[in-house]
Amino acid sequence: MRPRTLFDRIWEAHTVVPEAADHPAVVYVDVHLIHEVTSPQAFSMLRDRGLPVRRPDRTWATVDHSIPTRQTGGRPAWLNAATRRQVETLERNCVRHRVPLFRAGDPGQGIVHVIGPEMGLTQPGRTIVCGDSHTSTHGAFGAWAFGIGTSEVAQVLASQCLLQSRPRTLSIEVSGALRPGVSAKDLILGLIARFGVAAGRGHVIEYRGPAIRRLGMEARMTVCNMSIEAGARAGLVGPDDETFAWLEGREMVPRGDGFDRAVEGWRRLATDEDARFDAELHFDASRLEPMVTWGTNPSMACGVSEPLPEPRGPEARAALDYMGLEPGRPLAGRPVDVVFIGSCTNARISDLRVAAGVLRGRRVHPGTRVLVVPGSASVREQARAERLDEAFLAAGAEWRAPGCSMCIGMNGDHLRSGELAVSTSNRNFEGRQGPGGRTILASPATAAASALAGAVSDPRPWLDP
Amino acid sequence: MKPLSRIVSRTVVLPGDHVDTDQIIPARFLTATTREGLGAGLFADWRRDASGSLRPDFPLNRPEAEGARILVAGANFGCGSSREHAPWALVDAGFEAVISTSFADIFRGNAARNGLAPVELDAAAHAELVASPGAEVSIALETGVATFPGGGSARFTLDPFARRCLLTGLSPLDFLLSHEERIVAYEDGLPRE
Repeated sequence: MRPRTLFDRIWEAHTVVPEAADHPAVVYVDVHLIHEVTSPQAFSMLRDRGLPVRRPDRTWATVDHSIPTRQTGGRPAWLNAATRRQVETLERNCVRHRVPLFRAGDPGQGIVHVIGPEMGLTQPGRTIVCGDSHTSTHGAFGAWAFGIGTSEVAQVLASQCLLQSRPRTLSIEVSGALRPGVSAKDLILGLIARFGVAAGRGHVIEYRGPAIRRLGMEARMTVCNMSIEAGARAGLVGPDDETFAWLEGREMVPRGDGFDRAVEGWRRLATDEDARFDAELHFDASRLEPMVTWGTNPSMACGVSEPLPEPRGPEARAALDYMGLEPGRPLAGRPVDVVFIGSCTNARISDLRVAAGVLRGRRVHPGTRVLVVPGSASVREQARAERLDEAFLAAGAEWRAPGCSMCIGMNGDHLRSGELAVSTSNRNFEGRQGPGGRTILASPATAAASALAGAVSDPRPWLDP
Repeated sequence: MKPLSRIVSRTVVLPGDHVDTDQIIPARFLTATTREGLGAGLFADWRRDASGSLRPDFPLNRPEAEGARILVAGANFGCGSSREHAPWALVDAGFEAVISTSFADIFRGNAARNGLAPVELDAAAHAELVASPGAEVSIALETGVATFPGGGSARFTLDPFARRCLLTGLSPLDFLLSHEERIVAYEDGLPRE
C-alpha cells in the first residue's frame, strides 16, 4: 500500500463523496464547535430554509468572544446591548436546536479552543471545525481541525459535512531542542518569522522532528494554534504517548478497555516513515531566543535583544511607523502600557504557571496595566487551587473571568489608541486589540517579565533554572 | 445568491500585501447578528481617523472610487480570521470582485460563497492594474478572462465549483443536502461510540 501521512489517513476516513472534476469532496465533520460571534447568521440560514440541526449530538457551543471578563456592581460588565444580544441569540438557538451550551459561569465554559481539548472532545484522527480560524489549535492531538466561515457553519449544522478540496501537505521538521526560557510561543513566532505569513497557504502543516516531540500537549497547542498565522488552515502533530496520557480520564474519552482500544487505533494514524509530503521545510530550534514581534503581522518578529531590522519593503516601513519603532535598536527596554496574558494561544494552566512563577512575590511596574485572563473556567479553578491567582493579584495584576478578552477586543477589554502592549495572543494586526493599539506578541514568560519591568524584557533572568 | 457572469467596472486599488480581515472589518463590527449593513465597517479604521472623519487620501474615499465594483489588492489578501463578515462588508459596499496575486485560504472560499469573485492574476497583469487605478476592467467569469483598457487581457482560473456557484447562484448547502443518502450511509458505517 502507498505510504501515507497522518493527514492522508484522516482525509480518506472522512470522505463521504470523493472529489470530482466539478465539485470538491464531501467531508464528514466529527465535532462542530460554535460560539456567539460566527453562528447567529448560520442559524438564520437554517431558519430561512426550515432546516433542523442535523446532529446536535456532534455540536457544542460556548460563549467566549464578546462576553465580559469582569463585573461591575456584582453583575457582568457587558460592553453594550449588541454583545449581550449576541450571547442571548446563541442561547435561544441552542435551546431551540437542543445544542449543548456552556454559559458564562458554567464550569465547562471557556475559549472554544481551550475547552474542546479539556473535555476530551479533541481526539486524534477526528475532523473538528469551528467558525474561528484558531481551530487549528486542536491539530496538536493529530486531529484535522480548521476554521470555517459562517455559511460553512450553516452547512455543517444542516448536513454535518463540508465541501473541501484536498489541501496539499507541508512537513515542518524542527530539529534541536529549545533552550531554557524559550517556549513553544517563541518557536512558532520563530517559524513564522523565518517562513512568512503565507508559507502554509493551500496546505495542511504537519509539525515533526525531535523539538516537537519534546513539547508537552499545551505547548503543541500553542504551535498549532498559530498555523493560521503561517497561512495554513490546519497544523497537526502526530499523536504519541504524550497525547494519550494527556487525554486519559477526560470526560469524553473512553475509559478502561475502551481507552486501550482507542489508543491502538490512534497509534495507527502516524505518518509512515517513507510517506511523501508535497513540500518540506526544516528549522533548527536550538539557536532560538525569546521572540517578540515589532510589526503588524506575526512574521515581523525577532529575538528580544536583537536590534530591529532595517525595513525591507513598504509594508515593513508602514508597520514600524504604526508601531512607533525605529530600526537598529532592540525592543528590550521599550516601555509598555499594557501586558495581556490570555487567549487561545497562551491561557492554559501551564502558561499561567510560568507567568505566576515570574510574578510571584514581586510587583508589576506601576505604569503598566496587567490583565491575566484564564482560557476557561476549569483553568481558572485549577489556578485557584494552585494559588496562582494570589500571585497575580498580589503582584498587582487583574485576574479575570475566562474569555477571549483583549486578544480580539470585542468585549470592552481593549487597548486605547497609541498604547503599546506585550500580549500572549496571536495577532499583532493594526488595531486588533483596539483601534490605534499596538501589539507586541510574546510568550507568557516574556509578558510577565515585561510586566515587572514596565518595559519589554528578556524573561530568562526571572525564570528558575 | 444572485448569479454573476460578467463584472465591468472601474477599479479601486489598495496597494500592500497581507491585508488582514481585521482591517477589512474590525472586530467591533462583529457583534452583528445579521449580514446586512456591514459595509459601514469596511476598512473602518483606514477610511476614518480617530475623530471619525474620512481620510481623503484613502483609496476608497476618493471620488473616483464611488460605485466601483472591483477592488485590486496585494498578495495574500484576507489573511487572518475566518470572519465571513469580511466578504459581507465588501459585497454590502458594492464590490463584486477582488483582484490579487493570491488570497488567504479561508477568505477565498468565503468570498466565492457570497457572490464576490476572487480573481487571481499573474504578477505582471496585476502590476499593470496597480499602476492604473480607476481603469475600466471587464471580468468574464465563464471564460476566466480579465480585459483591460486598451484591449490587453489576462487569464485567471477559478476553482470549478466556486465558478459554478458564482455563475449559477448554486448554493453549496443545497449541493450538500442533495447527498443526504451518502451521508446517512457514511454515518451507518461509523463505529458506535
